[in-house]
This record gives sequence, C-alpha cells and structure tokens, in this order.
Amino acid sequence: MKLYQKPIHTLHQQRLAKEVTTEEIAQSVLQRITETEQRLGSYLAVEQSEAVMERAKAVDQQLQKGEEVNPLAGMPIAVKDIFNIKGQATTCASEMLKNFIAPYESTVTQKLLAQGYNLVGKTNMDEFAMGSSTEHSAFQVTKNPWDLERVPGGSSGGSASAVAAGQALAALGTDTGGSIRQPASFCGIVGVKPTYGRVSRWGIVAYASSLDQAGPMTRDVEDAALMLEAIMGHDKNDSTSLTATPPDLMASLRQEVKGMKIGVIQDLDLSACDSEVQRVFAENLETLKQGGAEICPVSLPNLQHAVATYYVLAPSEASSNLGRYDGIRYGYRSPEAKNLGEVYQLSREAGLGREVKLRILLGTFALSAGYYDAYYLKAQQVQNLIRAQFQKAFTQVDAIVSPVTPTPAFKLNAHLADPLQMYLSDAFTIPGNLAGIPGISVPAGFTQEGLPVGLQILGGLLQEEKIFRLAHWFEQNQTLSPPPLAL
Amino acid sequence: MKYEPVIGLEVHAQLSTASKMFCSCSTSFGAAPNQHTCPVCLGLPGALPNVNEKAVQYAIMLGLATNCEIILDSQFARKNYFYPDLPKAYQISQFDRPICEKGWIDIEVKGKTKRIGITRIHMEEDAGKLVHEGEDPNASYVDLNRAGTPLLEIVSEPDIRTSEEAKAYMEKIHSFVTYLGICNGDMEKGNLRCDANVSIRPVGEEKFGTRTESKNLNSFRNVAQSIDAEIARQTDVLLDGGKIVQETRLWDANQRTSRSLRVKEDSQDYRYFPCPDLPVVLIDPEQVNKARETLPELPDQKRDRFTQQYALSPYDAAVLVADQAIATYYEEVIALGADAKKTANWVTVELARLLNENKQTIRECKIRPPNLAALLALIADGTISGKIAKTVFEEAFTTGKEPGQIVEEKGLRQESDQGALEKICLEILQENQAQVAAYQGGKDKLFGFFVGQVMKKTSGKANPKLANELMKKLLGPA
Repeated sequence: MKLYQKPIHTLHQQRLAKEVTTEEIAQSVLQRITETEQRLGSYLAVEQSEAVMERAKAVDQQLQKGEEVNPLAGMPIAVKDIFNIKGQATTCASEMLKNFIAPYESTVTQKLLAQGYNLVGKTNMDEFAMGSSTEHSAFQVTKNPWDLERVPGGSSGGSASAVAAGQALAALGTDTGGSIRQPASFCGIVGVKPTYGRVSRWGIVAYASSLDQAGPMTRDVEDAALMLEAIMGHDKNDSTSLTATPPDLMASLRQEVKGMKIGVIQDLDLSACDSEVQRVFAENLETLKQGGAEICPVSLPNLQHAVATYYVLAPSEASSNLGRYDGIRYGYRSPEAKNLGEVYQLSREAGLGREVKLRILLGTFALSAGYYDAYYLKAQQVQNLIRAQFQKAFTQVDAIVSPVTPTPAFKLNAHLADPLQMYLSDAFTIPGNLAGIPGISVPAGFTQEGLPVGLQILGGLLQEEKIFRLAHWFEQNQTLSPPPLAL
Repeated sequence: MKYEPVIGLEVHAQLSTASKMFCSCSTSFGAAPNQHTCPVCLGLPGALPNVNEKAVQYAIMLGLATNCEIILDSQFARKNYFYPDLPKAYQISQFDRPICEKGWIDIEVKGKTKRIGITRIHMEEDAGKLVHEGEDPNASYVDLNRAGTPLLEIVSEPDIRTSEEAKAYMEKIHSFVTYLGICNGDMEKGNLRCDANVSIRPVGEEKFGTRTESKNLNSFRNVAQSIDAEIARQTDVLLDGGKIVQETRLWDANQRTSRSLRVKEDSQDYRYFPCPDLPVVLIDPEQVNKARETLPELPDQKRDRFTQQYALSPYDAAVLVADQAIATYYEEVIALGADAKKTANWVTVELARLLNENKQTIRECKIRPPNLAALLALIADGTISGKIAKTVFEEAFTTGKEPGQIVEEKGLRQESDQGALEKICLEILQENQAQVAAYQGGKDKLFGFFVGQVMKKTSGKANPKLANELMKKLLGPA
C-alpha cells in the first residue's frame, strides 16, 4: 500500500514509530498529484511543492525533538475553494471571483492551521457550491477516480476526487444540500455534515446561510473524527455557531453498535433507486442486524417535499447572498460597462454561470412581493414540519440510515440539460440540511460496474457521537472488495 | 373645500455607540475614506455580522421612554437592493418583528398636550456614502466608513395634523434620544434625520388621501417648512382638479421646494426575509426591567418636577427641559442658592438669546453655573441693579470674567448710600426748578423724569428703589 492511500491516523502512528517521515508522506501525495491531476482535474490551485515539503520537514523536526504534534500536523490536506485562506485566491470556481484574493482567514482553516495541517491545494467545485456534479465549475471538469467518464459528485467534487485518488489525505468540503455526503458517496470516501452550527461559517463564502455547514472528507471514519474535532466549536464571529460543548468523537469510535436502535424511513421510496443501490443498502441493513442493532421503521411523511422546499429556501438565500458580486468593490467588472446599471448587469451577466443565475432568479422570484407567502413562507413551514418529524423520530431511534444517493456516480453531461434530474440526486441528503441534523456518508459497497455506493447515517441534533459510533463500527465490520481505481 | 393634513414621521437616529452595528469598526467621523472598515462592513465573501449588544440596549431604552412594548424575540431581516454604497446589496434591518412596538409620546403645541402614537422602533445599519469629487471627474467614489453604523428608525402613527405638531414631535424625539444619551442629536451632521409622510383629505373625511414621502429633512425648520410646502402643493393640485401621485419627494432646503424623486410604480421590491446569519434577538425580561429602573429622568418628568419643585410656569419648565444640558445647567445654578424663578428668566431669556446670537451651545458657554449664580447674588444683595446686570452678563459671556470682577473693574456697583443719593437728588431739583414747579402744580407724570435724571447722573448705578423713595420724599405730593 502506498503512503498516499493510507489514512492519517495510521500514518501518524507510523511516523511516531519512526517507520515513515512526514516528508515521505508529503512527497508521496505530491508525486500522486503530478501523476494524476491532468486526468482528474481535482485542483484549482496546488501549493508549491517546496512549501508543502518545507511544512512537512518542520513537523519532522518537531517530532525529532520529541515534541508532541497533532495527528494532522504536516499531513497534506486539500481545501475546497470556498474557504478563505489569507493571501490566496478564493474563486468559488467562478469567473466572478477569479481574481479575488482573500484578505482574511476562515475560522475552519485557522483551526486546522493551529494543528499544523499542510495545505496542499484548493479544490474544484460547482460554482458557488451550486450543483451536484462539479460540472458547474467555471474553470474545469473534475473526473471520478473510479471511472473517468463519470462525475465525482458535487459540489465538493474536487475534494472528493482528490481524497479518493490519494491527491490529498483528507479534504474540507461544505454541505448545503448534500455537497459533502453525495460526492463522498460517489467517490467511495467518508464525508460528514455536522449539526448546523457545530462548525463556524466565518470566512466560508455563503451559498444558503441557514443550511451551509463545513465538514471533513476523509479516507475513513477515524480520520473524519480527527478532522471534525479540530474544526468544530463555538466561534464568536459566527452568531449561528453553537455554544454546546463539542463531543468526544474519538471516544465514540471505541463503542459497539449492539443495542443501538436504527431507523429506516418508511416513506422513502427506494424502488425508484438504482437496483444496485437497493442491493447494497439491503446488505448494509443485514450487516447492522448481525452486529446486534435493532432496525426500526420510522415515519417521516413530509420528506417527499424536501427537495421542493430546499429549492425554494436555498435559492432565496442565495439570491440575497450573491447580490454583493456587483462589480463595484471586488470581483469581475465588465470592461464594457458605461454606467452604473451596466456595471451591475454586464458584470453579473458575464461573471456568473448559468446554474448560479438560474438559482438567483428562482430565489428572487420566491422572495418577491406577492409570491413570498406562497413560496418562501410555505417552504419555511414545511421545513419546520420536517424538523419536528425528525425530532420525533430521534426520540425513538439512535440513528436513521438510508442510501446517500438514489444512483451511483452518473456520467459526465448526463444531467446538464435537465436540472431537475440533477436536483433529485440530493433527495436523500437534503432532509438533513433542512433539519439541521448531522449526517455521515460511509463507503458501503460497490455496484457490479465497480462504482462506490455509500450509506448515509443521520443523527439527532448534536448527536455526532452516535453517528460516528455507528459509522465506525459499520466500517470495521463490513467486507469491501474495492476494484482498482481508473488511474 | 377645506382640507386637513395627515402626517406621519419616520425618524432615523444614529446611535452613539463606539462601534458599528455588526462589527467592531469605529463609528467616529472624519477618518480618511474606508479607514473604518473590515470584512464585515465591506461585505466581503464569507464575512458574518455580529449584533452590537449596546445598540440593542439603546433600542430598549428608547422603546421604554416612548411607552413601547419591548418585543422579546425580535428578528433581523434583509432589505435587498443594489446601490454602490450598500456593500452586501442588502441592508440588515428589521421588518415584521421590530424590537419595539405600539408606543406613544406627548407633545405640547400652543399650550395643549397631544398624544402621538409610535408604530414601531427598529434597529438597522446605515449605508456608506458616495463621493463625487476625486481624481477622475467622471467617476464616483465609495466611502464605507459610515456603512454599518447603527440606526434606530422611529415610525410614528399618522396622528400629526400640522407642521407645528411635526416640529414639536421631532423636538421631543430629539430631547428623548439626547436625554437617554443614545444619540448625539446633531441634525446638521445627520445624526437625527426625518422623512415625512404627508397626505391631505377633506375635513370630516375618514379615509386617508394619497400620501407622498419627503426625504432628507435634517433640521426642525426643514421638517416644518417642507410639510407646509407639501400641504400647499397638494392643496393646489386638488383644487385644480388634479390627483396626488404616490411618490417620494426630495426637499431642497435652499430653494424651499421639493421635487419628485421616484413615483410608486418605480418603487423597489425589497424582498425582505429573515436574515439567516443572525439568530432571533432574545431579550431577557429581566434586562428590560433593569433598563426601566435605570432609565434617566426624561423631559416630561423633569418638566413636571420643575413646575412643582421650583414653582415655574409649565412654559418656562418646558423651555428649560427641552435641552438636557440647559436643564442641568439650570439646576446647577439653583444648587448654588440662586432664586429659581429669576434663574429661569435669565436662562430662558438672556442666556438663550446670547447663545442663539453667537451660535453657541450651553457647553461652550463661558458663563458657567457658578458665574451666573454669582451674578444673581450681586443683584439680590443690591450690589448691582437688574439693568446693570445685563451689561455685566454680556461682558461675562464674551470674556468669561467673574461678574464680581467686572463690577469692580468698571465701577458698576449700585449707589445705595442714602446720603450720597439724597445729595444728587437735591442737585437735580435745583437744576430743574421749572419742572419741580410743574410737578407740584399737578403734572405728576413728571415724576419719571426726575428719577431718570438720577439714573443719568449716576450712569445707571443708583439704586432705583432708593432713588424713587428719596424723590418722592423731596418733591412732596404732586
């Protein structure tokens, strides 16, 4: 097994045992990027090798001096290009922000910096995190490492493909409707969307503020715990960040699944899912049963409205959040604009992509006088119902499981002409965002074609420990026989 | 046909917090453009607002002072529109759940008290400003120092009927915010500004007429003048058989006219919705109680106390309390032993006149309370006459000298020595025998002439009372 294929916690143990150095780890990942990036297109920007090696070396020196370092220290980690890193471009894969240099650091990357992480590059995404395939990037297409004719999922597709391919040991993503869990599932890695407010949004470019949440994308559940422990916690810069004490995730990994009550959503029509997805999910339930978990049906009758609700609320917030990209202070300004109206019109016309404009239009309409009650307000009411139903369900079960997506990774261009089909790929992940609850996507099997399929585990508000416990047990107690990557 | 105006005011008060509404940038004036800015007030990608607790506290204070209900779970909302001085393309304001609702204040016009309803008070952030002079004559520049400054918007019910009432309302709001210490109240600097909604309707009609909104009213006088002009304009339109167009009008204080800014059809749809970056503003009822207890004495209470404690007329008391600094000044003079009534006269007449003529505030005034108290003591003990005192007062106002010192330097001490005065009186009688004969012959109106001569001869320093008595005695009955 190559170094770039290993999880961070394993590599950390190995370097403590002096079997490997941080420099060797960094070198392995950089080498992998050189070999594969042209075919994959995960990164919008890759750090200079010297800088990455320098940081790795510094950690090795600390270790040599007998200093204690965080497992993340020196480990090459990728960051979705939606997080501000001071002095670097934050493009959000948009022409609009192509030349925007962030003058301040996001809280999440600041926290990783405090643990000594080794930034390896910034990853591709759907423009402003709007999309499920990373095809809406203004700059490049990212491929799925398992099948280069397929999408990696989105919007955190670059982060997912980078981790799956070994171009980074772990990555940061953001999840507004499934943008961490869905690409994690498509690329066969672990992805976590924490409880809304667990992780600070300060310095992360907003798409839909009430739903956006950052989280880790990693090789395994333990790495996800390591990453999430590093980035969560209250932040006074984000008024919506929670003051609740962060959970001890590492401790939760040592617990059994026996006795856990696991809900299966009755109202979810799985017959519309890909048959291979159905098969994998059925096997997953069997694994859990054999581990001593009790499978219980739970009722969430309003879930059928989740996608529609999401596509009113998220675009509404987006239409307001993206108003600031007006060509006045920063970002793209059309050179053809001759007056103020044209500065707005031409800059936004040329600077924003088709899907982004579509969602701004949707949101603007939903918030308009005369339509607000029928759309935005109604959607909020449905959201409250969904929240209440989840809350009730979690009084009966410890976690709820489902497939992450109705299908495995689809082909490039498959849904570009049909946004609705694209939107439906998030049907199982969107409810978690609407309810604000934590969710994790764990590799759960492979289709006959050799494409990864994930299992989604949702927990009650602030119940990260339970989903990590279940995810870790599941990961350790299933037998996966992954085919080789298409690289 | 006779028309009745219906007027409602929207007053914006800029809060005197040290930092902005949603970030820690300074609110101070006069810095170089864009110096007081940060990712939050610049609207940079990824920046998030953080509520200034002090601004919330100030809103509660004004709400309590204006008898409002304090909403314990109010909410911030976004008002979306594009303008270069608005960096996020939305203003964080409050919409359907403002922090204060359903209050009232009393105003006094022509000796009568009238109650004006307060619909709501809400918190919001100010925009930046555009600068049209710069290197490139064809460009406009954006200065965001003011962007994010905390504002309270106070919306009245349409209870106002005349420009006088509007002015009185505005003055009352001014006195409230300055008494509470939540706003500097400098209208010229735009600390307190007002938009007036005006409509007219036939007397007796219940339905409101179509209203217009006049913007940019930054002085009490502008409020009154613009409203009078708008009432006249609307009356003319209706009398000519025309229709009022719902529109926003801009008042030009120099030309004393207004012009249409935009008609309602062009008005924007602000697409208000709850700001997802800010949780509901939860206020502990205990915090409200505490604010209520620690509320300073407000103008109306102070006025009532002044009329009782100092036996002042309601008018004098109202004039004194209109400006908290004046009221404080007044009470400092009283505390030094001066007569309440006389002090009130000096403060409301002489002092007010000089301050006004010299465009000074009471804080800048060189006559401090101990100086005025000393002057009043000099009058009370007969050292100088009331008339001379005015001269001393003016001198002290300009130079800041002690009144006693001025009296000594200029030899203004009142002549109260009976013997010396009697001698002068006798001299005058000697010099004016014809008049004495006329007086004694029955022309009693001449009495004033003799006293006048005494004052003239003593350069006004003769004790008027004593001069009167002596003359009466020396002249005998008319």
